[in-house]
Amino acid sequence: MTDLLTLAGVNTHIGRYHILHGVDFGVPEGQTTMLLGRNGAGKTTTLRTIMGLWPASSGQIALAGQRIEANATPDIARLGIGYVPESMAVFSDLTVKENLVLAARDGPLDDSRLEWIFGFFPALRRFWLSRAGSLSGGQKQMLSIARAIVEPRKLLLIDEPTKGLAPAIVVALIECFAEIKRRGATILLVEQNFRVAQEIGDAVLVMDNGKIVHRGDMAELANDSAAQERLLGLSLEAHQ
Amino acid sequence: MTDLAATDPLPKPKRDFLPALLPIILALAVLPLIGSGSSWVTLTVASLAMGMMIFIMASGLTLVFGLMDVLNFGHGAFIAVGAYVATLVLLPLAGWVQADSLLVNLAVLAPAALLAMAVSGALGLVVERVLILPVYGQHLKQILMTTGGLIVAEQALYALWGPQIIPLPLPTSLRGSFIIGDVAIAKYRLLAMLVGLVVFLAVQLVLNRTKIGLLIRAGVENREMVEALGYRIRQLFLGVFMVGSALAGFGGIMWALYREQVHASMGNDLTVLIFIVVIIGGLGSIGGCFIGALLVAMVANYGGFLVPKLALVSNILLMVAVLMWRPRGLYAVTSR
Amino acid sequence: MILSGDPPRSRVLAVLLVVIVATLALVPLLFPGAKAMNVATKICIFAALVASYDLLLGYTGSVSFAHTMFYGIGSYSIAIALYSMGPNWAAVATGVAAGLPLAMLLALAIGLFSLRVAAIFFAMITLAVASAFQVLASQLSWLTGGEDGRSFQLPELLRPGTVLIPKSVLGFDFNGRTLTYYLVFAGCVAMILALLRVVNSPFGRVLQAIRENRFRAEALGFRTVFHLTYANCLAAVVAASAGMLNALWLRYAGPDTSLSFSIMLDILLMVVIGGMGTMYGAIVGAAIFILAQNYLQALMNVASEAAASAGLPLLPGLLHPDRWLLWLGLLFIASVYFFPTGIVGRLRAGALK
Repeated sequence: MTDLLTLAGVNTHIGRYHILHGVDFGVPEGQTTMLLGRNGAGKTTTLRTIMGLWPASSGQIALAGQRIEANATPDIARLGIGYVPESMAVFSDLTVKENLVLAARDGPLDDSRLEWIFGFFPALRRFWLSRAGSLSGGQKQMLSIARAIVEPRKLLLIDEPTKGLAPAIVVALIECFAEIKRRGATILLVEQNFRVAQEIGDAVLVMDNGKIVHRGDMAELANDSAAQERLLGLSLEAHQ
Repeated sequence: MTDLAATDPLPKPKRDFLPALLPIILALAVLPLIGSGSSWVTLTVASLAMGMMIFIMASGLTLVFGLMDVLNFGHGAFIAVGAYVATLVLLPLAGWVQADSLLVNLAVLAPAALLAMAVSGALGLVVERVLILPVYGQHLKQILMTTGGLIVAEQALYALWGPQIIPLPLPTSLRGSFIIGDVAIAKYRLLAMLVGLVVFLAVQLVLNRTKIGLLIRAGVENREMVEALGYRIRQLFLGVFMVGSALAGFGGIMWALYREQVHASMGNDLTVLIFIVVIIGGLGSIGGCFIGALLVAMVANYGGFLVPKLALVSNILLMVAVLMWRPRGLYAVTSR
Repeated sequence: MILSGDPPRSRVLAVLLVVIVATLALVPLLFPGAKAMNVATKICIFAALVASYDLLLGYTGSVSFAHTMFYGIGSYSIAIALYSMGPNWAAVATGVAAGLPLAMLLALAIGLFSLRVAAIFFAMITLAVASAFQVLASQLSWLTGGEDGRSFQLPELLRPGTVLIPKSVLGFDFNGRTLTYYLVFAGCVAMILALLRVVNSPFGRVLQAIRENRFRAEALGFRTVFHLTYANCLAAVVAASAGMLNALWLRYAGPDTSLSFSIMLDILLMVVIGGMGTMYGAIVGAAIFILAQNYLQALMNVASEAAASAGLPLLPGLLHPDRWLLWLGLLFIASVYFFPTGIVGRLRAGALK
């Protein structure tokens, strides 16, 4: 299996702070890769660096063999990456529809694809013409994800989608991610909740202090409680 | 949990109408103070006309800030440049301006306005590339660079046209007033109101009904996300900057005709007024800018009539009052 | 000691400063002419005024357009007091006693108000307030003399006719005018040294911390609100003092000499050309700028006439002495862009190599 996205020796500085210290990993095509780690480990920075929002100060990033670390954010996005930031960043002054119209940058909205999205996020159909700012937190998360998949994308970067959401919505999101994968997209997903991670992940990466400290099979890590304790002790505790 | 199935209706979005009502409340509140109905109508029309012109000049500034966090202290230069460029058409064709025919008058005004907009828009392109791009993201340097730009532009106008005030008479058909009963409404003020309203509606239409407009509104809120969706916001910004400059130039010719004179310092003088307007309105908000412009004009006109002594500082008092009430302006659209 | 442990840190700069200060100290001896004295006084006063502005711009990173307002308050308070109370020392004392608190209170009000609103508004609010003040000063003509300003007589001791030390002793007349000059000189030196002390005190370092990262400074437990307001008030008081000295020297206060927007631009130019956040930049910037203002214009006049007689288009207009701000504006943009640290920063960087 080939890697769709590869990072090699990526360092990122924000102002005077050195956040990523030589991050190396690959994201296998067609799989869902979970990026785990405690708060401040550098997970969000990793996603932002891939998007070019906090450009890497050194190292290489390649998407399908094409180097992208020097590209500007819009050009990176146009290579086929959908991004769901931690803050969701829905445009609250715009309606649900307008948010999706903007996300569909290649042309008008595709009705059949919309139906597909409404299938697992029915709330978006209901509030089609409402301002995104008036949606609930879970609905905003759905909109943010819908924005990333409203047109087919090769790779989705999703940052802590389940944070602070009710269990029923988390279940819906898990189902949605499985659907997206079935349609052939590759996903890199930052997650704090190990139970969610083990349900949707194929591969797993664990970060600490700006480095990748573990990479492997999700199922393997799920069955190895000693490794979980060692790698994720803190974050597990916080979520139990 | 209703999020998923969404069986319940959404909570009614809180539309914030109070600021929009302010000008109306203000206009009605001063009616008994002014006493005479005809004076009130005259003052109100004057306020609306002045407010619309200020809005045209200020709208670009507020969008430029909202979209890219750029503080342009040189915005006033576009106003003066627009007015001067218009004289290039209006003075040689003085005969057309003085002709007593609306059609002939408009035939000279329209190209003058278009030329003014083209030149100030092109100047906007230069200013954005030369002065703003190099110091993008640094407020302190932006303020210094654009202030320097304002000095240079003003001095260049002096060098090219001389320091004297250039008289710019109103076209004949726009002089005088419509008399309705005992109320006199100046024709040019009526025109200024109409033009301002058209510009406001056009801007609103673009912002609400076109994809470019959606992008601008989305960019004002979160430009990073707009880029992450694959849009090159810098090009969008350049476009907004040029349109904003062109509108300032257009406002410049309208203002020059209103005052019937052109002077290089007019940009400098109007800058303060425009700043107050965009601060009151909330940086980045077109609606707020519109209301702010009306309020500033009303306070200037009503205040000048009721308490002439106070007129000098009335704008400051208005700004203080509004900011005490809402520290980020009437409509705070950015989180900055 | 006297420099508060903040030496020039560049040999060239040190020499330059010594030359400037020594020349200023000896101007009555070396160049007793009226024009040279006027230029020297202006350099002294602007060095202090620009230094106080540097406290805001260079050390706290906030752009204020209201600095001339405080300068004007100082000028006008002296002028109005001496105009209405007659040429005596009680009037001077009254002017000082009224002007300084007024400047401070106004700075406090602007500071507190600006702190309530978004930080980004500060520059715009100061611009608006300053322009309103300017209009106010020209309209309240019963108090300020309107556009004409207020001329007044100085106390006996400071008048040119009062010869204190005759020419036979020092080789030049040490008269009341000379005494006024040294009053200005000493006052400005004292203000600059005091400002140097302030920026090198723990307080000054907090200001710089706030400039670098306001949130971090707040997280470290500094009350940034207090510090910024205090810096504003301090700068206002120094500016007002400089304005008072200016009025004493000119025996006049009017909109053009103390309030106009072009003075604000001059201050900005001087601080940027000299070097923001250095204090010494104020002295260098003021000296170079004012010398250029007074002597370069003559040069431009020659060039303009030459261009006119050569029949060149446009150039005579662009080179006309009245257009010197055009070139200064270009210089300003270029220096913000290419030399953001100004002359002092350049010299210091050169010394480090």
